[in-house]
Amino acid sequence: MLVKQISVFLENRSGRLHEVSEVLKKADINIRALSLADTSDFGILRLIVDRPDMAQQVLKNSGFTISQTEVLAMEVEDRPGGLAQILAVCDSGGINVEYMYAFVEKSGRNAVVIFRVENPDRSIALLQKSGIRLLSADEVYAL
Amino acid sequence: MFWNEKYERLERKELETLQVRRLRKLVETVYEKVPFYRKKLSEKAIVPSQITSLESLTHLPFTTKDDLRKNYPFGMLTTALADIVEIHASSGTTGTATVVAYSREDVALWSEVMARTIACTGGTPKDIVHNAYGYGLFTGGLGFHYGALELGATVVPVSSGGTKRQIRLMQDFGATILTSTPSYALHMAEVASEMGVDPVSTSLRIGIFGAEPWSEGMRRELEKAWGITACDIYGLSEIIGPGVAVECPGKEGLHLWADHFLPEIIDPNTGEVLDEGQDGELVLTTLTKKAMPLIRYRTGDITSITYQPCPHCGRTAPRISKLRGRTDDMLVIRGINVFPSQIESVLLEIEEAKPHYQLVVTRTKGLDELEIWVEVDEKFFSDEVRKLETLEKKIQDEIESVLALRTKVKLVEPKSIERSMGKAKRVIDKRVI
Repeated sequence: MLVKQISVFLENRSGRLHEVSEVLKKADINIRALSLADTSDFGILRLIVDRPDMAQQVLKNSGFTISQTEVLAMEVEDRPGGLAQILAVCDSGGINVEYMYAFVEKSGRNAVVIFRVENPDRSIALLQKSGIRLLSADEVYAL
Repeated sequence: MFWNEKYERLERKELETLQVRRLRKLVETVYEKVPFYRKKLSEKAIVPSQITSLESLTHLPFTTKDDLRKNYPFGMLTTALADIVEIHASSGTTGTATVVAYSREDVALWSEVMARTIACTGGTPKDIVHNAYGYGLFTGGLGFHYGALELGATVVPVSSGGTKRQIRLMQDFGATILTSTPSYALHMAEVASEMGVDPVSTSLRIGIFGAEPWSEGMRRELEKAWGITACDIYGLSEIIGPGVAVECPGKEGLHLWADHFLPEIIDPNTGEVLDEGQDGELVLTTLTKKAMPLIRYRTGDITSITYQPCPHCGRTAPRISKLRGRTDDMLVIRGINVFPSQIESVLLEIEEAKPHYQLVVTRTKGLDELEIWVEVDEKFFSDEVRKLETLEKKIQDEIESVLALRTKVKLVEPKSIERSMGKAKRVIDKRVI
């Protein structure tokens, strides 16, 4: 149930983000979801792509600093309170969310949200027991 | 190994007698032949016959880099140009270029002190010296070249640049001694690893690094990366080039060839001579140079000196401590003296940072700010902002504890700081004063 996320270290330098997208374009890699965390002097770009290992390789070859992280993709009902319901489970189960961001595409009628949590394995068990649907890696890359 | 044991192990008394004799002869020569010195000595009412002891030295005038510029190109020479066999010049990036001219005897002297230097680090005639110092007007390349020839070693005059090719040549020729700037040696190790060559697997056993200040931390890094003994060498083109002083493998100070270069340590502000062990500016008098001898030349380098015989190699040649910095490299930030080498030492103690850094000094509303750009190590890159910010803060705190100065640390991408082939350019001073 773990999904591979690629993170890229970016200096706050103009054109740097564009360079990342060009590298991915040349390798014919499709970005499925992304989030950009920024501070005053650097940024971290987090990407979910259709071929994560390939993306990691081409970015590394182009001189980018990369790390691969495992994250969870959860289906969230697309209605008021959908996200609150999931976070309530996390909260009561003591799952600490480091960060999260949403997919553009839907999975059927549900929204998809990426969660980075402290203890993924324990979280998977807990979330599934609470009836929350987690998407498999293949499902996510193919969205 | 000794190259010239008699002179490398002179008793203090013998050394002084020799120095006084040579100093007197030197003063006689420049008084007679260099109008610049004749004028300076006359102003102080000094005549050569007054030189009877080392104490006389303290009455002699200083020579500064500015004096050399004013006498550009040949005003400091004692001889006609016909007797000059080689000329070097500084780049002149910070002012008019300064010229150094060598007679045939001077080149022989240079070869002698450089042969001593290489031997002092453990080099022998059997060694293969991969000389990656720049050849050209910069004295580094040719100085090592002459020394290796004199020693009878094999020299590979590869000069700087073309790093991948250098790694291949080092492997093919079986180089045993690497001579380069420390920052370039570190860069070479990086490139070797990228090429799939383990630097430790090469035949290198000794590195002789200089031309820029470097720290003990950087030494550990270089010794580990290459599997070598890394020795520091000191010299400056105005005096002769490389070959003024060098460490033996004991690494407790640099042996200074004081039978040729007479050292003093002075207070850079008052000009007063300081005692053994005290930090100050190194001042050198070239006792035996023919074409362009200098009296009490202000090197601008900060160090201290000891005359205790070396417990490791037995040389009595006095030892200067590893350079603390330069009087002109020293940054004064909000009234605090900062040497780039101090920052380097801190970075080398931090596992997550690489020793590639750049210092950027700015002034906003009359307040100086020191920004330190540090390359983040790939192994420690985290996708969590918090962890990277913690790292920035850790570096900031470490630097503050050493310098008592709050700085701003900025993480930058690996390999984004320019690698230098020659002297590393560590400081960008944007202050408008």
